[in-house]
Amino acid sequence: MNDIGNFLNEHEHKNLLRFITCGSVDDGKSTLIGRLLYDSKLIYEDQLSSLQDASAKNGTTGAGEIDYALLLDGLKAEREQGITIDVAYRYFSTPQRKFIIADTPGHEQYTRNMATGASTANLAVILIDARYGVVTQTRRHAFIASLLGIRHLLVAVNKMDIGGYQEETFRAIRQAFSDFAQKLDIPDIRFVPISALKGTNVVARAPALTPWYAGPSLLELLEAIDVSQDLNLRDFRFPVQVVIRPDLNFRGFAGTVVSGTVKPGDQVRVLPSNKTSSVKRIVTSDGDLQEAFAPQAVTLELADEVDVSSGDMIVHDNDLPHVKDRFEAVVIWLGEAPLRAGSRYLVRHAGRFVKARVEALLYAVDVNTMEQKGAEELPLNGIGRVVIETTQPLYFDAYAENRATGSLVFVDPVSNGTVGAAMVTDSVFVDAGAPRVVSDAATLLRDHVERREFHWETGLVSARDRRIRNRHVGKAVIVTGTSAQAVQAFGKELELRLFLLNLNSYFLGFSSLSRGLASDVRGNRSEHDAQIQRLGELARILTDAGLIFITALPDLDAYTVDRLKVLNQPNELIVVGLGDAARIGVDAAITLDETEEIGPRVDAVLGFLADQRVIPEYCI
Amino acid sequence: MKTLSQLKQLEAESIHIFRDAVSQAQNPILLYSIGKDSSVLVRLAQKAFFPGRLPFKLLHIDSTWKFREMIAFRDRFCAEQKLDLIVHSNEQGRADGVNPFDHGSRKYTDTMKTQALLQALKRGKYDVAFGGARRDEEKSRAKERVFSFRDKHQQWDPKNQRPELWNIYNARVNHEESVRVFPLSNWTETDVWQYIRIERIPIVPLYFAALRPVVERDGQWIMVDDGRMRLHAGERPVEKRVRFRTLGCYPLTGAIESDATTIEEIVAETLQVRVSERSTRVIDHDGDSSMEQKKREGYF
Repeated sequence: MNDIGNFLNEHEHKNLLRFITCGSVDDGKSTLIGRLLYDSKLIYEDQLSSLQDASAKNGTTGAGEIDYALLLDGLKAEREQGITIDVAYRYFSTPQRKFIIADTPGHEQYTRNMATGASTANLAVILIDARYGVVTQTRRHAFIASLLGIRHLLVAVNKMDIGGYQEETFRAIRQAFSDFAQKLDIPDIRFVPISALKGTNVVARAPALTPWYAGPSLLELLEAIDVSQDLNLRDFRFPVQVVIRPDLNFRGFAGTVVSGTVKPGDQVRVLPSNKTSSVKRIVTSDGDLQEAFAPQAVTLELADEVDVSSGDMIVHDNDLPHVKDRFEAVVIWLGEAPLRAGSRYLVRHAGRFVKARVEALLYAVDVNTMEQKGAEELPLNGIGRVVIETTQPLYFDAYAENRATGSLVFVDPVSNGTVGAAMVTDSVFVDAGAPRVVSDAATLLRDHVERREFHWETGLVSARDRRIRNRHVGKAVIVTGTSAQAVQAFGKELELRLFLLNLNSYFLGFSSLSRGLASDVRGNRSEHDAQIQRLGELARILTDAGLIFITALPDLDAYTVDRLKVLNQPNELIVVGLGDAARIGVDAAITLDETEEIGPRVDAVLGFLADQRVIPEYCI
Repeated sequence: MKTLSQLKQLEAESIHIFRDAVSQAQNPILLYSIGKDSSVLVRLAQKAFFPGRLPFKLLHIDSTWKFREMIAFRDRFCAEQKLDLIVHSNEQGRADGVNPFDHGSRKYTDTMKTQALLQALKRGKYDVAFGGARRDEEKSRAKERVFSFRDKHQQWDPKNQRPELWNIYNARVNHEESVRVFPLSNWTETDVWQYIRIERIPIVPLYFAALRPVVERDGQWIMVDDGRMRLHAGERPVEKRVRFRTLGCYPLTGAIESDATTIEEIVAETLQVRVSERSTRVIDHDGDSSMEQKKREGYF
């Protein structure tokens, strides 16, 4: 039994290669994987016998031959359609290494699946049918692999048997692929001529069939390629997942070292609090460690009592990540509903959820030609570059530097589905302060309000709490008309009457604003705009505070009303017009005759407010 | 160069998954099946929250037809490891006398396992349930997510699973929806055995060969575990040296003849026999896609 003990110990200490296989439906990908699994003796007997039954039903190879592809397709619907439509994970090992294959379909619509498989892979096997050479799909697969940060490509030129193992065919394809691949950021690319069906150069070399190829077999390459350099072991990043407090004497921060290394005594900083401390112990259930490195899961105890919560990040004090709430990323869209600029999502990044908004879609990328072009939206499987804004800063590194802290997913806040994946890039537009794509002042203002509301920080008292206690809704009321004197008098009277009804009202005269809050703006036409902006912001705040906020603005125009309405969002605005409706330049919610006594006219406004359920009816 | 062995990488990944799910969950639970994979699952959970206690309870669905040794092991294991265990059975099914002999394996499994599980999950209002399933166990599991979304009827819809990129998992759910989390997704059979071996993890003795009373049915050895076993006319239990590759309900779980009494011997046998482990479970032979069907219905 000692042999088996050794076998198990060797198995335990193997290193691991996660790779992805990409190819079109007919490239023989499933056959290749089936053969790798079969030849590495991990396909058990009963799977084979049930396979021979199934082959008779819908196998596509000749009678008597095993259809390796049938080994793989898991789900019923797919088996009937004959194409795989989701990522499947397969496991096999050789004496040298353990392998996890992410088997992804090459079908047109399934960029999503390939990106999923590639996200955890170190290497991609790209299958090319020797008869057709480098085709659109080949380029797409290589592009997605490079986008997801795969640094090792193994190009398997398959079906070499059909053309009689022509060296010329292999050379031409290698040349064509190499020419194209210069545009990609993949440092390590190897080529091997194979026949998955016949097993040529798959596991064993076949010098008799390909005497002109002196290189290793596909499996030999898979066993040999060194991926240990791919992991970032430089920048220590430790997103805290759980705080562990078994008793008063121990407070540990459990998480995974997603990159870098850490030792007891290291000076660290906690984000977002920016508190510094040093590592006291690295705790695991198998004893304390003298060093931890990615991707170990450990628990850190710090030397000082520092407040740390789940979702925080511990980093080396002398090697900080970016801390930003506005950044650029390349997005792969996975949702049925397209991504549009202005849409809101949750992003999950480094172990926490943060509210986010796609500020701009800078461009979309054609996955087949790698060309960039302007786009209104990104559909399912679309790839593009966006500016993302978050309510709290993220702690990140560029994806090219650090896969773990440079990646995030988008989650739909209603359905909770995962609708997109993004790789944070070094910023081009954001840092350069390039203008947002805006056409006019109105769009600019809307954009401003959207951003303001997105970042609006609410207290613990809700609008509803205030409404119940105040017995009325917070509301902004603008009184306008042709006579400056009349509108002011009316505004003040309205304030008084509401106050006497025990409701919270406040009147602000325009001159108070221009001499106070807006006293720093002077000049021409834009002075008025700036004053209106201050007024709108103030209305937004006071309405939110639950007040009935009244102001008087004679000779109001539609443009100004629109601005005030936008600025007051999400609250609504009521315009009261005094005098001849035809002479007032705006659509007022209620218009009153100027000649009448002031008392009954205020009564009419109170009645209107009660109708609108701003104030309770029993008050009046 | 610093690299982790593959088994240490799997261990770290499983711990990461446990912690991530707990950080997202309101009310997590661990589905404990007593089998060897469950033993490994519990050990990994203990490592994830060391030196704290597990931040969730264990839930065992007792179909009432488990091997007696399984139940004895369960109670001993949970007591020794100081684990909070909830046991749930379908009491209506028990009262109706639902059993594998009169009702057939499919109906029995649905009533005493699937329905019982759904009852317990509904009662506990769990939003995250850990399970010990592995992707290499069975074809339909190769595409299973680590975080597998279930609708409010606890059902699994292969078309409605969330894309899973990197190690970023999404456990957000709406009211009554939940997520099954599989920390052992990337472990293989050999990994599990080696981990049990080096970590000295206790497992049910039924995994090891011993003389046991069995009868032969449809080419499988079925153990006569208690007096409730229905013997066919002319059927007489014989003593055979057998062991079990997987554990479930005794009338539905086939034993294999074996002399293996150590983990090394079991692995040696596995390498020679090359019969994949689920083939001794009768329920998997109800049709080509039977496991996929059961999963859709909510079975684990």
